[in-house]
Amino acid sequence: MLKFLRIEPLAIVAMVVSGTASAEGKLSIYHWFEYIPQELLDKFAAEAGVEVTMDTFDSNEAMLATLKAGKLGSYDVAVPGDYMVEIMRNEGMLDSVAEGELANKGNIEAQWLDVPFDPGRMHSIPYQWGSTSFSVNRDAYSGDIRTTDIIFNPPEELRGRINMLDSQGEVMLLASMHLGIPQCTDDREQLRALDELLQAGKLHWASFNSDGAKDVLVSGDAAVGMIWNGFSAKARAEGANIEYSYPREGLIVWMDNVVLLKDAPNRANAIKFMDFLLRPENAAAVTNFAQYSAGVMGVSGLLDARLSSQPESVPPADAPAGTFVQVCDQATQEVYDAIWTRLKK
Amino acid sequence: MAAGIGTAQGTSRTFQPMRLWLIAPSWLIIGFFLLIPVLVMLLFSFLTKEFRGGVIWEFSLAAYDQFLFDRGLFGDDPATLEWTYIRIFVRSIVQAAVATLLCLLIGFPTAFFIATRSPDSRSVWLFLVTVPYWVNLLIRTMSMKFLIRDNGPVNELLLALGVIDTPIAMINTDFAVQLGLFYSYLPFMVLPIYAAVERYDFSLSEAAADLYADRWTILFRVLLPVVRPGIIAGCILVFVPSLGAFLAPDLLGGAKNFMIGSLIEEQFKGNAGNWPFGAACAMILLTMVLGALIIYARQHRPAAGN
Repeated sequence: MLKFLRIEPLAIVAMVVSGTASAEGKLSIYHWFEYIPQELLDKFAAEAGVEVTMDTFDSNEAMLATLKAGKLGSYDVAVPGDYMVEIMRNEGMLDSVAEGELANKGNIEAQWLDVPFDPGRMHSIPYQWGSTSFSVNRDAYSGDIRTTDIIFNPPEELRGRINMLDSQGEVMLLASMHLGIPQCTDDREQLRALDELLQAGKLHWASFNSDGAKDVLVSGDAAVGMIWNGFSAKARAEGANIEYSYPREGLIVWMDNVVLLKDAPNRANAIKFMDFLLRPENAAAVTNFAQYSAGVMGVSGLLDARLSSQPESVPPADAPAGTFVQVCDQATQEVYDAIWTRLKK
Repeated sequence: MAAGIGTAQGTSRTFQPMRLWLIAPSWLIIGFFLLIPVLVMLLFSFLTKEFRGGVIWEFSLAAYDQFLFDRGLFGDDPATLEWTYIRIFVRSIVQAAVATLLCLLIGFPTAFFIATRSPDSRSVWLFLVTVPYWVNLLIRTMSMKFLIRDNGPVNELLLALGVIDTPIAMINTDFAVQLGLFYSYLPFMVLPIYAAVERYDFSLSEAAADLYADRWTILFRVLLPVVRPGIIAGCILVFVPSLGAFLAPDLLGGAKNFMIGSLIEEQFKGNAGNWPFGAACAMILLTMVLGALIIYARQHRPAAGN
């Protein structure tokens, strides 16, 4: 009996290995956690006849650090956010997609074709986009929430019950919007004001947590949570009585993109995968899963009904235009880092 | 019999060259997994940082300078002593010390209890101590979070019993971090102390009692000195990993205040990425821990000479 038990797993491994050995090749993806439905990966694996493997990361910076520490050359595609595409492009970590290589490039929505972080879409395609703001528990507070005062100068009942994203870029941008100063400013008075605003704000904040941003709102640990729009929609679906804010001071937008990495071991399969994701039915599958928005045309008819009407996906008419997190130069970034470290000292 | 001893010595001489080969694997492991990484870290801490992660191969003391001197937000004020990192280190040491103390207070009686059971039931008790550790540390830390949150079971129970009127704020406090560290590392305290107490000869206690020692005297002047090596081993095993922990501060402490572990992590995974500074922080931590252990070993070397 024991012998049989020992042999069986080996036999299964052997079967799996021989099964995949007949596949055409491989595709190695480096992706955010919980951001692509497994069925979609299976569908691509079956369609292209390749073996798909995926590792996940929890922040753009963690991905950059891993790739810089020697993993470049072992992944084919990664999914960095807007500003990180620009950083990776500047660092020479991206391969170019030649004109005509992507059969479905024409499916990209016009507004996302020529983006500042990748002019002409030479290295990337849109994956999903959305906004970053904050949500407020309506049982805890019924007043006006369309102001960043909720975060930086909160009313009495919300003090000490605020969760911030543990994300320097987004926190700095929200703070800059609150002060009405430009991003990546090199004006010393403005930088000092930014530092003071965060130091004062911290007194009202309970925690910094990105991957738990949804859970703290659902559990009631936090009454206010800085959060991404799709994540907030999920929190509401899980029973939190929260409202997603579109603050008048400004709205942070972001876009995640599939990039072709330099020295991709399976470049041809990477191109196939990017083309696959540009097909409306596949982009829609991601959107239905992640609840953000695809940057691909022809998706709207394929989405779950609630996605086209939920407040997290449809900003009010008077919502401010979105602003991307900007890539600062080294001098300013070092001051930003110093402010961030002082915030957490 | 004498012949037997002679043979044994002869054998060990015959195997002398062999011995080198037999210990080679352990040296390889120490070299490969300990010495080389530490040397890489040491080297990196003296290199120039590259913007957004990585190093430039030029000698630099900037990392250690940053640790010690504060030149203001913009780096051009006159240098003063930098308190930021010292505070982070002191905070970490205090948190780790409190966790170690908690582990000792709970762990010692536990270990004593187990060691004084019948030999058959000891293994069951030891088994029970290790059961929670079959679960991943992350999961255990998360479940601690669920227990102590504002509307978690602990607060609910106290509210229901009428002990408190408003939930006690435990989550996102230093106390939560200490509790998390305590819970994470408790068996590291129990097991070495158990091993020491198990070997303790209880006739020593009886002898002390015969000499009119009361219970406290027996505990402090007979039992504790004998099992001290186990206690010290337990304290080191709890204190050292607590010092570098970043899961508990992140999940239970709300990530509001850096501990050494999170400070170092931030240098590698944060925005600008400052690898030399991260390496320097790790080296300073390593030096402190090693220094403390060496001083301890010097002061408490086996009292053979006395």
